[in-house]
Amino acid sequence: MSPLGSHPFLCDIRGLKILADQVRAGNVRAISRLISLLENHPGGREVLRLLNGTSRGTRVIGVTGYPGAGKSTVVNCLVAFYRRQRVKVGVLAIDISSSVTGGALLGDRIRMQEHALDQGVYIRSMATRGHHGGLAQATGDAAFVLEAAGYEVILIETIGVGQNEVDIVDLAHIVVAVVAPGLGDEVQAMKAGLLEVAHIIVVNKGDLPGADNTLRNLREWYPNVLRTVATTGEGIPELAAAITAYQQVRSVGHVGEARSC
Amino acid sequence: MAVASAHLRILIGKVGLDGHDRGVKLIARALRDAGVEVIYTGLHQMPEQIVNTAIQEDVDAIGLSILSGAHKTLFRRVLELLREQDAEDIALFGGGIIPDEDVTTLTADGVKALFKPGAPMQEIVTFVKGLKRQG
Repeated sequence: MSPLGSHPFLCDIRGLKILADQVRAGNVRAISRLISLLENHPGGREVLRLLNGTSRGTRVIGVTGYPGAGKSTVVNCLVAFYRRQRVKVGVLAIDISSSVTGGALLGDRIRMQEHALDQGVYIRSMATRGHHGGLAQATGDAAFVLEAAGYEVILIETIGVGQNEVDIVDLAHIVVAVVAPGLGDEVQAMKAGLLEVAHIIVVNKGDLPGADNTLRNLREWYPNVLRTVATTGEGIPELAAAITAYQQVRSVGHVGEARSC
Repeated sequence: MAVASAHLRILIGKVGLDGHDRGVKLIARALRDAGVEVIYTGLHQMPEQIVNTAIQEDVDAIGLSILSGAHKTLFRRVLELLREQDAEDIALFGGGIIPDEDVTTLTADGVKALFKPGAPMQEIVTFVKGLKRQG
């Protein structure tokens, strides 16, 4: 047993079992509580054992990319797309914690609030709390919780990344990198890192000048490069189709199998 | 590497037809600088969106800025929804141009605090930092 500290809630095994049952039944408050517990007490991962046997073949889609490229807006469009197919969607949106104060301004869900009244959508913002790699330490555990709660697609939005925050590759079944026009030439497209590990690259804001150049540069080096305008939804059906096509090639296990830890 | 601990999580947003967001952004930023995890929902939210979001985000408290004059209706609706969803452990506070008599009424209804124009930022931050729930 990992050291669970003196947190009274974590010592309450019966209470945790009830919480786990509520999570499996899809109770939103219970899901939220359990994710907080896992965020606040990394030693509490033992709790996840209580959720075992609940694999449902959930698809985990990572959305990463540069700051301001439109990740949240693309995620919002994908949520709408999957909801039209009546698929339950969980979103984990990661933003960065201040290295100075530990505080964070979690603003990804501003772009997703149209889904706040939809019972088939669960959105959770997570701060990195000093964790490197583009995700929060508890993001994988939170995905596990959402799978147990019956969410069929989990979209994980990383922080706005540079070139080296590629933890999402270990967690998601498929990684979509969102870039915007005008951020470098062909040599940038050749560099190792983020673009190299993405399965699909999306040039968002595809209506801006320079988008054609960016698409051409990327397509010289990568097989799956798509154009979207997420503010209008243009290109989103094609993106969803590309995600599905990729996943048919690569058979999908459950959340636990995708994770490296 | 930061040591994991229970962070204070606060939802900050604006409800109703009210586009004045300079103040609410200052509050969000000041709380961030005070070490709080601020979930900022942006403008034009319905009370139902605010309460659903607060529950999904497992926040300790909701802070709403209302400059439209609809504060009595909107704060009361949020309180009612928190009760309906069995989420009264989530505190509600706010700020705006709110007459003294309405401050009295709304705090009696269950709003924890209401800050008026000119309230010192430090007073707001100190108040919010006292809102951490137990457990």
